[in-house]
Amino acid sequence: MVAKAPTEERIWQLLEEVSDPEVPVLSILDLGIVRGVKVDGEQVTVSITPTYSGCPAMNTIATDIRLRLLAEGIPNVTIHNQLSPAWTTDWMSQAGREKLEAYGIAPPVDGTATGHVLNLFGKDTAVRCPLCKSDHTHLVSQFGSTACKAHYQCDDCHEPFDYFKCHA
Amino acid sequence: MQVAPSETVALNSYSPELRQQLFQYVLQLADTSLILGHRLSEWCGHGPILEQDLAMANIALDLLGETRSLYQYAAELEGQDRTEDDLAFLRLAVEYKNPLLVEQPNGDFGDTVARQFLFDNFHYHFLLQLKASPDERLAAIAEKAVKEAAYHLKWSSEWMIRLGDGTEESRQRLDKALGNLWRYSGELTTPTAAEKALQATGIIPDYAGLLPKMEAHLNHVFQEATLPVPQGVFMMTGGKEGRHTEHLGYILAELQYMQRTYPGMRW
Repeated sequence: MVAKAPTEERIWQLLEEVSDPEVPVLSILDLGIVRGVKVDGEQVTVSITPTYSGCPAMNTIATDIRLRLLAEGIPNVTIHNQLSPAWTTDWMSQAGREKLEAYGIAPPVDGTATGHVLNLFGKDTAVRCPLCKSDHTHLVSQFGSTACKAHYQCDDCHEPFDYFKCHA
Repeated sequence: MQVAPSETVALNSYSPELRQQLFQYVLQLADTSLILGHRLSEWCGHGPILEQDLAMANIALDLLGETRSLYQYAAELEGQDRTEDDLAFLRLAVEYKNPLLVEQPNGDFGDTVARQFLFDNFHYHFLLQLKASPDERLAAIAEKAVKEAAYHLKWSSEWMIRLGDGTEESRQRLDKALGNLWRYSGELTTPTAAEKALQATGIIPDYAGLLPKMEAHLNHVFQEATLPVPQGVFMMTGGKEGRHTEHLGYILAELQYMQRTYPGMRW
């Protein structure tokens, strides 16, 4: 297969088709972890940043990016792991937030990051139940099924659900 | 390992001596997160309740993530052929530079909470300062890790209070845990000669500057937990210079088993 030199725009389009392996309704662009794309002739560099330091999905995401680009005849891809500036949920797209809620995961409530460690036993962030839309919910644990999520339960429909923590 | 390391900082601007000092120090930080992360991972499937089992596994994962960033940087600083895996899996106990606190056994949940609180209170306040390091790579790792350390400190602080101001048994157990572990807490903020030399360059924070905030938080938590702050305890040191308690060897025997048995094996 003879490849034309890819354009940055094309790369961004292809990246929209790579999904987060742990939250498959989100593309990696929705999640806000792609920090830059550089095309230099046939050499493509994609910079990604982890949501959490230990995010085990990073290697899979890197592989998925390579495979997606390879399928378009773009073999020369470097993936940069960029730590700074550190990822924040502010970078999650509005479309991503809507997809999350429709999938059953409450999207981050902005401005509620746990920066105030001295505020022990503070009030839980008010999170809307993604299933019955009630605001009567409570935090079960700050630590949920993955590093980026907390575990909540709805007081009305009683369903447990994941909340994508605000991380700023 | 599929992901290339971050763009390199100007490593060449360091003298060979400074680079070697920094290599040893970054290893010390990496060893610390690795050993505590490994200890916490031993709880996986054994936690007192499911939510706390998950919490400890999550904290372990954060620490292992931090550790990988640090070992990768250490490998670059060393500039030899060693990789992050070689540094984590193929060194001897005396070469590990983690403070003694983090290698102490899990014991019961109270022991683990006390160990975690003493560490988190240092780790969080330390990373807040390290974020401002002129070493861009360390600053970036700290910027990332401090957000996670904030969750850890909140978790361990709240559990200190629940257990200390809880039932007679939970209080007794936590009190016993502190009686055993407090002696290892001083090492975290007692600089070794190597650390003093790096502090003098301004690359790493002076621990004396962390103490007021650490003490304020600790006093607040102990007061809420209705626990007296231990006084006049002789502080054990040596881990940061490779003199460990008996426990580290057993951890490494398990941690390194696969690489020692099948050298060069990859995930």
